[in-house]
Amino acid sequence: MGRVLTTWVGSFQEFLFLAGRAFANIFRAPHYYDDVAIQMDIIGVGSLPIVLLTGFFSGAIIALQMARALNTYGASSEVGSIVSLTLVRELGPVLTALLVAGRNASGIASELGSMKVTEQIDAMRALGTDPLQKLVTPRLTATAVMLPCLTVVADAIGLFGAYLVAVPLLHLLSGGYYWSSSWRALVLNDLAQGLIKPLLFGMIISLIGCFYGLRTTGGTQGVGHATTQAVVSASIWIFVATFLIDKIFVNL
Amino acid sequence: MSKPQEQPGPLIELRDVNLQYEETWALRNVSFTLNPGETRIIFGAAGSGKTTLLKAAIGLVKVDSGEAKLFGEDITGRKEQELYALRSRAGFLFQEGGLFDSLLVGENVEYPLVNRQIAKHEKPVKAEDLEGYVKETLRFVELEQTYNRFPSELSGGMRRRVGIARAIVTEPPLVLYDSPTAGLDPITANIIMELIAKERDTRNTASLIVTHRYQDGLLMANYRYDAANEELVPVGEEERDDPNRARTKFIVMKEGEIVFRGTRHEIEDSGDAYVKRFVRHEG
Repeated sequence: MGRVLTTWVGSFQEFLFLAGRAFANIFRAPHYYDDVAIQMDIIGVGSLPIVLLTGFFSGAIIALQMARALNTYGASSEVGSIVSLTLVRELGPVLTALLVAGRNASGIASELGSMKVTEQIDAMRALGTDPLQKLVTPRLTATAVMLPCLTVVADAIGLFGAYLVAVPLLHLLSGGYYWSSSWRALVLNDLAQGLIKPLLFGMIISLIGCFYGLRTTGGTQGVGHATTQAVVSASIWIFVATFLIDKIFVNL
Repeated sequence: MSKPQEQPGPLIELRDVNLQYEETWALRNVSFTLNPGETRIIFGAAGSGKTTLLKAAIGLVKVDSGEAKLFGEDITGRKEQELYALRSRAGFLFQEGGLFDSLLVGENVEYPLVNRQIAKHEKPVKAEDLEGYVKETLRFVELEQTYNRFPSELSGGMRRRVGIARAIVTEPPLVLYDSPTAGLDPITANIIMELIAKERDTRNTASLIVTHRYQDGLLMANYRYDAANEELVPVGEEERDDPNRARTKFIVMKEGEIVFRGTRHEIEDSGDAYVKRFVRHEG
């Protein structure tokens, strides 16, 4: 038990060290802008279809479920505000982050892991490039910028999905009232939560992916192991972080 | 491309270097010097510390104790970030080539040049100039036609040659080769070694070569590249066997220690059973 704890604390320390260096590198030359752009394309644009699909359906599903529950209290016209609060505060950021974690934490871990086991990371160091500067920092920046954008898109398409269910399909309320009530339900606190969460999740996903990728050992099997660990870890930390942020924002 | 300034002193200097992985010694009391223009061939059983020695020489692995100098600068105890500039002045060929598999061959060879520009905030060289220079280096390893191909499309030997091109594209005064012929058929292995000799003799590059093939060492010790006739010619006996004049010398490692150092003549005359394992007499 003691040994497991020591290993865990050791790993966590290494992770914090990696994170610290990656953040410090944002403000230090050389800057690899091309790599940031490429990663933004892979992470942001590449994740767009899956984020659109899941966003749309989660909005539609919440509307379906809520319509029934709200009907019991005769409040089915409030479906817009409920959907927008749930999506913007919680489901939008968390679902998007989990999708991106599944897609990109694994992608990053396997790419960096393969590079590690085929000596490409060492080759980079030998050629005089800091792998953290060239590989980790661009992924950190790209994910931290793109995840909030993806979340906003997911929120919007989710609201649209809910609209299709609530207005044309179930005729619960008028379209105008749906949009105005869902907009009015949101206060600054909700929007702040909805944007701070994905920013933080983006950092968690990219750093965890890089962390497990760069410490890969033991050939192809090691790469698979690193990939799995990265996705599991990133998903868990997304929930832990969301809980902590909620705790802070509920008290504000 | 401007050539990095020649150092007056040794390029690599290790003094009483020790490195231990748990119970195993990777390097034990290793002292070793490589001067400009010299060649050292390192033999040793698997796990005897050959690769670790190469990596320690440019600070890719941190040593536990002792002193390591690269281009005259102490690299022990220095931060990783401070070593990048120094390392980029040496060339390094990894065992499997270490090529970036997501980049084209041309981009791989171009990498050290672009990297140097970014690191030194130099003005970017025009793309066509860069391409010309990269193609010239690829021509040196006779692989110009692979410019637009991915490393995964090449054979093992070709990948190794691209690795050499990448290692020498900045015209470094020092190149380290980690098992350049491992896993290759004898003919391909010879082509690789001829290239290494050609690089050494056309640019007077200091070379540190880890290998398990005695022929590789022989080729480096017995021949030199004649640029005028574009062929390898045998070197004189004195230049080959005189300990004070020989530019190519052999080192044998065992369990992290250097157990032999000397000329071709001396290694072939050695009575030590372990050293003898690496020597195959000609004829």
